Amino acid sequence: MKKSVILGAMAFAGLAAGAASAGTLDDVKARGKLNCGVTVGLVGFAAPNANGEWEGFDVAVCRAVAAAVLGDSTAVEFVPTTGKTRFTALASGEIDMLARNTTWTFSRDVDLKFEFAGVNYYDGQGFMVPKELGVSSAKELDGATVCIQTGTTTELNLADFFRSNNISYEPVPIETNAEAQQQYLAGACDVYTTDASGLAATRATFDDPGAHVLLPEIISKEPLGPLVRHGDNEWGDVVRWTLNALVAAEELGITSANLSEMSAGTENPEINRLLGSEGTLGEMLGLDAAWAQNAIASQGNYGEIFAKNIGEDTPVGLARGLNAQWTEGGLLYAPPFR
Amino acid sequence: MSTLTDPPKEQFRLSMLLYDTRYRSATIQVIAMLGFMLLAAWLIDNTLSNLAAQDKAIDFGFFTESAGYDINQRLLEYTSRDSHLRAALMGLLNTLVVAVLGCITATILGVIIGVLRLSSNWLVARLMTIYVELFRNVPVLLWIVFVMAILIETLPAPRAFRGENPEATMSLADSVAVTNRGVYIPEPLFSRTLGDVHVFGEAALRFDVSLDLIAILAVLGLSLWGAHRVTLRANRIQEATGVRPKTWHVRTGIIVLPMLVLLIGLGFHLGYPALKGFNFQGGTHLRNSLIALWLALSLYTAAFIAEIVRAGIMAISKGQTEAAEALGLRSNRIMSLVVLPQALRVIIPPLISNYLNLTKNSSLAIAVGYMDITGTLGGITMNQTGRELECVLLLMLVYLAISLTISGVMNWYNEAVKLKER
Repeated sequence: MKKSVILGAMAFAGLAAGAASAGTLDDVKARGKLNCGVTVGLVGFAAPNANGEWEGFDVAVCRAVAAAVLGDSTAVEFVPTTGKTRFTALASGEIDMLARNTTWTFSRDVDLKFEFAGVNYYDGQGFMVPKELGVSSAKELDGATVCIQTGTTTELNLADFFRSNNISYEPVPIETNAEAQQQYLAGACDVYTTDASGLAATRATFDDPGAHVLLPEIISKEPLGPLVRHGDNEWGDVVRWTLNALVAAEELGITSANLSEMSAGTENPEINRLLGSEGTLGEMLGLDAAWAQNAIASQGNYGEIFAKNIGEDTPVGLARGLNAQWTEGGLLYAPPFR
Repeated sequence: MSTLTDPPKEQFRLSMLLYDTRYRSATIQVIAMLGFMLLAAWLIDNTLSNLAAQDKAIDFGFFTESAGYDINQRLLEYTSRDSHLRAALMGLLNTLVVAVLGCITATILGVIIGVLRLSSNWLVARLMTIYVELFRNVPVLLWIVFVMAILIETLPAPRAFRGENPEATMSLADSVAVTNRGVYIPEPLFSRTLGDVHVFGEAALRFDVSLDLIAILAVLGLSLWGAHRVTLRANRIQEATGVRPKTWHVRTGIIVLPMLVLLIGLGFHLGYPALKGFNFQGGTHLRNSLIALWLALSLYTAAFIAEIVRAGIMAISKGQTEAAEALGLRSNRIMSLVVLPQALRVIIPPLISNYLNLTKNSSLAIAVGYMDITGTLGGITMNQTGRELECVLLLMLVYLAISLTISGVMNWYNEAVKLKER
């Protein structure tokens, strides 16, 4: 009698769990393809290259998740989203995850019912002006015309910044980065404001990047990271720990060059657990043992992805800064794989 | 023996609902109605349960929260601390501004082009044909973006006006500045202003009414009424004596003099735009987003209105023109006094549709960054609050209300000008 009650309770709990999770992981596996939302085009973060293949820092996260889940980093359908369409696309299930310079905020996490999987870029909002204006501080921008991408946190920060400094401005709302760039270069606005990384990426595509300066003020915290729908914890875990695996790989010294050698087994048990030669971490996630191996093999570790897409040797030319490992004075800190 | 009986009263059987033509149409309608109601119920239920599954009940509470974003073009006072409701109101006013401006311009352009298309001058008629075909066959969004691109890329930036030998100069005696951020024109100012009346106190829908404007409108109305009285008197004299007294100088005086006195009394002067800091300051700023949207919508809709006007004119019998010619009227008088008034009856019903189209097309404003109601309520507010369903529902209601109002007013006008049979 007691046994059947327990069995019944377990069955009920199983059903409840099944109903509670939307089962994105199973959907992706069944589809054989990951639908990943990215920006409509920001060089270095997500943009199609000359061959039409998407590449960039955010794209690498999509590819790593696809590699972890499906074992194939090319099994990704990239869905370009604007600042305005991104949340609807995710909430409606059109995309499985969003990796698109999206700031982790309270209301997006709590009120919009999304789950941020972590931070892949610690950023802040900055200003770019033409050098010839002779402006050296954002506080000198009284009366300026400011181009801004609409529907973003930067729009709200901008209003707050000018308000609290008691100076006026004229906002010019723009839908995409490309339109903002056109208006800015034509002089239809004096200032372009967005995340500092986005400004650097945009400036890198200019004919004469040296004629434009980024002002020293960073007026906000913009932790950018991938996000998924609320309430699908299995899928949230997959995205979160794939991102963590990339970060931990850099910390543990796993690179795309030594990956095959290390995956055979090392002296370091955490590396072994991460790469699947020891323990059952992959199984716990509902993936195969080589999940992290595949993720790292697709694009390299976090540091390699950073260096390849937006690092100092690329046209975007961003320093690691806050995005260095915690061991090097940065904020990157992957929880232990244990 | 035969008995006469009433024909047996036909018993109603259920199968008659299907086989009897008297009932069949009703049956089909009832079934269709039930089906429609089921579909609607399913849709609503599906929406509600999906929202519940996402833990998002329908809630309009966000309207009272602070919007947090700025709007560049605002007809009423607004700051980023105002509520989402007020931001939506700003957007609504911007939508109405561009719709009204667009409808007026499109009508004027459309009538001129429609008439010219029937011109006996071969070149003019062909040019107008090219215009119509060019504009109505390319999507309006492309025209909007195209006009905006021209404005941004060809006009000088404000910084070109700076320095000893500026690349660009202001036109019309230094009073108008044409830049790629828009056109700055002088604004009317009053040094002895009567002030404003605040309506609704501090509520989200508050607005100020300028007493100066009310005074000007009142004086103008009285003057026009006086001028009208003079005309009536002239008519009476003409009917009695056959000689029409000269009235234009009296009427001009009645209209102009009180206005002059009022404007001097209020201390009317113009505020000129001047380059200050990054932008021109002072004056009225017509943003290029408004100009691009207004121009593109007007030019596009004018092509359709031109065709309607052409159809209306061609619907009027040639005999009407010939009869008017026989009376000795000149051709422009024939058009304005004989042909167009009759053509209006054909023109107005399709014209209503075009006004509605123009108003709805103004929702493409975000392509040029014009903050209409789709940009505020259906754009930033929706994005910041995540209340897609509520915002879109409201947006649909707003457009529905605007459209029904336009169509109601135009139908009333149609009643007024349509052929009256006596």
